This record gives sequence, C-alpha cells and structure tokens, in this order.
Amino acid sequence: MKEIDARGLSCPQPVILLKQALADQPQTCKIWVDHPTARENTLRFAAHAGYKADILEQGGDVCLTLSKK
Amino acid sequence: MVGFDTSDDACVYRISGDLAMIQTVDFFPPMVDDPYLFGQIAACNALSDVYAMGGEPKLALNLLCVTSCLGKEVVGEILRGGADKALEAGCTISGGHTIEDPVPKYGLSVTGFAHPSEILRNTGARQGDVVVLTKPLGTGILLTALKADFIEMEQCREMFALMATLNAAAAQAARGLAVHACTDITGFGLLGHLYEMASGGDVTIRIQAGRLPLLPHAQEMAAMGMVPGGAYRNLEYVKPYLAVSPQVSRELLDIAGDPQTSGGLCFALPEEDARRLVQRLARRNIPAWVVGDVTAASSSVLELMT
Repeated sequence: MKEIDARGLSCPQPVILLKQALADQPQTCKIWVDHPTARENTLRFAAHAGYKADILEQGGDVCLTLSKK
Repeated sequence: MVGFDTSDDACVYRISGDLAMIQTVDFFPPMVDDPYLFGQIAACNALSDVYAMGGEPKLALNLLCVTSCLGKEVVGEILRGGADKALEAGCTISGGHTIEDPVPKYGLSVTGFAHPSEILRNTGARQGDVVVLTKPLGTGILLTALKADFIEMEQCREMFALMATLNAAAAQAARGLAVHACTDITGFGLLGHLYEMASGGDVTIRIQAGRLPLLPHAQEMAAMGMVPGGAYRNLEYVKPYLAVSPQVSRELLDIAGDPQTSGGLCFALPEEDARRLVQRLARRNIPAWVVGDVTAASSSVLELMT
C-alpha cells in the first residue's frame, strides 16, 4: 500500500502529495497528517477522488486509510 | 467614538461636533506574483476599513517590508500599485516606512474623515433589516488552490479584478440610507463578521446559502480540499452561535467561513433602503446581493439555511 507522511507539512502541501499519490488510482493509500486543517482537506480530496477513509487517531497524529469506493 | 471593544474595522475619534477621524492599518505578504497587482490589492484592503466606517480616506502612509534580494523594480511596482489605488480613492500617500524582513509585506496606515453622524459601525443590525453583500466570496479558497497549482491564474481573473476594486462606490451608494450596521468582509469570513454584526443587538442573522455570491471555481476547489486553515478556525469560532440546515452543502459552509482578502462591504439595512442600494449600485455596474435578513433573536445568533 502506498503510504504518505504529510506530518509537519502545512496546507495545501498534504493535499498536493495525496493528489500525486492517487493519480494512478491505487486501490488503497495511507496518509499521515498532524493538524485538523490537513485532516479535513485530505478527507475532502479523498472523497472528491472517489475514496472512502478509515480514520485512526494516534496522539496528535491522524492516519487516514483510503480505499476506492 | 469607536475603540477596541466591538472589534470594529477602524477606530474613530471625534475631533469636533462635525468632524470625526478614522484611523486604520493593514498590511500582509504577497498572495500574487505580480507586484503591481499586489500593491493594488493591499491598498484596496487597507482603504476598505475607512469605507466600512462610513468615511472618506484622505491621508495614508506606506508600510513596506522587503528582503534585500527583492529588486528595486519590484519594490517600485508594489508602491506604484498602492499609489494608483490611493489616487483613485482621492487619498494622499504622504510618506511611509520600510524595513528589511525575510518575508515581503506591504500595506497602508490610512486616515479618513466623516461627519460623526455618518459613522457606520459593525454592530447594531436590527430586526427587519436585510443583509446586502457587494463582492462574491471564495478568495481564501482560490488563493490556496493557486498555491497548490490546482487552478490556473487565468481562471482567477475575476477574483483579482475584484480584490483590486475599491469599496468606494459601494460606500458612496449607501450614503443617506438607513444603514444600521456595516463592515467589510475580510479575515473572519462572512460568518465571523456577521457574528459581530449580530452581537450587541437582540437579533439573529439568517443567511440563505443558496443566495451567496460565489467566485467561479470556489465550490469545486473547496470540495477538493483547498480550504485554508483560517476558514476552519473561523467556523470553529462561530460554531457555538451558528445553526446550519442539514441541506446546506459542506462547500457552501466552507465558503461562508472563508477568510477574504479585500472583500466586499456588508450592510444591514431596512428592505426598502436595501432595494435602493442595490439599484444605485446596479446603475454603477456594481453587483450586490441580498443574502439574508435579520430577525428577532432565536436560539442561534446566526443561521445558515437553504
């Protein structure tokens, strides 16, 4: 599974990385973010690109596991 | 006359029975590569606070932060943009101050004047008023999308033209009308500024999401996650006071919270006066939108409905 670590990055950087990762439409993809803006925006992009997200929170970090709808 | 307490757009000092002075300052880093356009936008944004208070800007001072690597030409273009907008506003730039800073910034400190009875406050919307907005929303979202290369400069042409448009004509058109509250829509987004407008009065402001004027591509870019952190912070701030109908889309809510750069004026005034305001603006080819109304206080200070 593709995995992106977008922790420490401010928006729109995490969404740019996610867009690149989803460009060839993988079945699944994992992205780590560490602030609410990145979490919300990556969730919006994932939904727009046709992915559903499982959200796992670990301390201040959030891991989104995306899979094709 | 107006100080810190109501988070108004500028402070107002009564000089005499028929003269009030309005003082404001605003500056920020570039949001666009073109230095002339940046200068124009920064000046429009700073001058806007005087218009939002019901005054005319008369004197301004440049505030400039530059890196040593920024060429003389670029600095000259920023200042030319500011000077052109000040000239258009009938405002004299009489000096300024420049310092070295790793992040360039530009803006103005502006002094304006008005008759004390003409001062417009950001609070005081009354039951029966309607809410009129003079520029479409979505600059924060589109600027984020530009930064991410999700959108082309060419697709944002309308936004840049509007950001470099003075709120002078909108303010002049409101003269003589029964404006109960006025503010310019900037960093707190439409909802943040309307929260201020409703506070103090025992009222609720109801916004019809479907009537909100939107910049082209703003909805699409919000859906793609191009929502700036400021929009989330604004929405978080108004959350305890805001009721949102379930039918309102997430994107429209994002846009209602989106921080605006050099946004439009927002007026609360009686329906008949609002009709005249919109007509006057239409004659000057300035669009204006009635986006909501003011009712007796309900359980929420703000309502966003379909």
